[in-house]
Amino acid sequence: MALPMIREIFAQVFKRPATNPFPARFLPPSVTEFLKKVGAGEATINPPVATPPNFRGKIVYDRDGCIGCNLCIRVCPAHAIEFIPETKRIRIYVAQCIFCSQCNDICPKGVLTMSPEFLLATEDRFAESQIVE
Amino acid sequence: MSEGTPTKKAPYVVPIGPIHPALKEPVQFLFDMEGEVVKKADFAPGQAHRGIEWMGMRRNPIQIIHMTDRICGICGVTHSFAFARAIEQIVDIEVPAHAEYIRVIIAEFERIQSHLLWAGVAAHELGFDTLFYLAWRVREEAMDVIEYITGNRVNYGLIQVGGVRRDITPEQHPTIQKCLDGYRDLLGKMLNLFLKDTTIAIRCKDCGLLSFEEARNLCTVGPTARASGVPKDVRVDYPYSAYGDLDISPILPTAYGGDINGDVYDRIVVRLLEVAQSVEIIETCLKEMPEGPILWEPKLPKLLSACKKAQGEAVGRHEAPRGECLHYVAMDGHEAPAMWKVKASSYSNLHSWIPMLEGEQLADVPIIVASIDPCLSCTDRVAVIRGAKRDLMTKEDLHQLSVEKTRRIQGC
Repeated sequence: MALPMIREIFAQVFKRPATNPFPARFLPPSVTEFLKKVGAGEATINPPVATPPNFRGKIVYDRDGCIGCNLCIRVCPAHAIEFIPETKRIRIYVAQCIFCSQCNDICPKGVLTMSPEFLLATEDRFAESQIVE
Repeated sequence: MSEGTPTKKAPYVVPIGPIHPALKEPVQFLFDMEGEVVKKADFAPGQAHRGIEWMGMRRNPIQIIHMTDRICGICGVTHSFAFARAIEQIVDIEVPAHAEYIRVIIAEFERIQSHLLWAGVAAHELGFDTLFYLAWRVREEAMDVIEYITGNRVNYGLIQVGGVRRDITPEQHPTIQKCLDGYRDLLGKMLNLFLKDTTIAIRCKDCGLLSFEEARNLCTVGPTARASGVPKDVRVDYPYSAYGDLDISPILPTAYGGDINGDVYDRIVVRLLEVAQSVEIIETCLKEMPEGPILWEPKLPKLLSACKKAQGEAVGRHEAPRGECLHYVAMDGHEAPAMWKVKASSYSNLHSWIPMLEGEQLADVPIIVASIDPCLSCTDRVAVIRGAKRDLMTKEDLHQLSVEKTRRIQGC
């Protein structure tokens, strides 16, 4: 019986796990409770793996540089961008955004960029953190 | 399959799915069993239809290219590559050579990660979870490089109509090269762990047989066809992009020294050796990559108006990790395409399940089903749902519906 895996298993015993334990080093009894504690400053989060350069995370919008040309709305695949005629500015719904950064490429003024922020999950899709304007 | 009332005598019908722990994606199987042996097999795909083509026909090509990224969860570049090639033919765009090489590099990295993912799934289906974890750990290195080049891990967003959106600079070469060297060292180990293992050999040899004739008659594609000895590979048969400059040939199981049996074992051999082939291709591309721009038209509004003016139809093809992927696009002078049809590689391969499964034991079903590397969310394109009943519409049914509608209109 050939079992070439045996050597690999014994070698693995002396190696560190490849997985980064996130958000806590050891599984807390309740992850929700743990995150609440983190929010209150009672516990610290085990940091996630660093994002690569050019990572496409939550969108950042420089309102003052925008000229209201609407080109970003034309190329957004998810229809996540809305034009507000009164202010001639845009509003981006992060919950709908698919993080393709196509709007960044087409923007003639370069006012749209992608930040490395990626922990965006909430229960309310219209929460303050989910709307960029 | 089994008509009328269920019988108390054999053959018994064993349904598996649409949702079942043995299946990674939704598809329904019906097996007529005699004892442990599958006498007759049938399957019903169409459980994961999302209407993505309908969405595409209401958007412009630049928007669609990012939707194609999301057709499949594993092939992040396959569909956008095939779609971009279709549009480029219609609009008559010449992609810069530099961009073609970057496209090939990322497509081959995708093949590496997809085949390693499959190897892990196959090991898991056999109950060999240690090997599953190992395969997925080494897969991460390819994922990390993809992330390093494109910015994201799964939805790369790299392809643009007429080129690519991100360059591979000389500063990035050492990181990519390090990953490739890692895979070259690893390959011998993976071949040893998968192919020398007695358990895997017992479970996979002479299991899920697909003969050369069956593979050819059923039009199977990709590694499934090649494992049965059909030397079929879009990259070689119809060279596109930078593949024309490369010296590659389809990998058959004979490359490992054995005969061609067309069993699950041969499919493992083909996929593992293709990882080695992809490493070679990437290395050649990195060395021979010509200088130049990465986009045909960097000004996107100009690209959009060029696409809007275009008229015609074209087929874009790409050799995905699972086989040939095909996108048909027709443009008629509007912003959105008039027609867009996706044929994923698994669509061609699903039919090979029936000859593979018949005569096998029920316990072999998971590994045989997994052996063609089915990707059902890519495949499922049309589903007819009426109330709680889902059905196939025949010509007679449609005619009947039409007659009924005429009567209804006449009635009111």
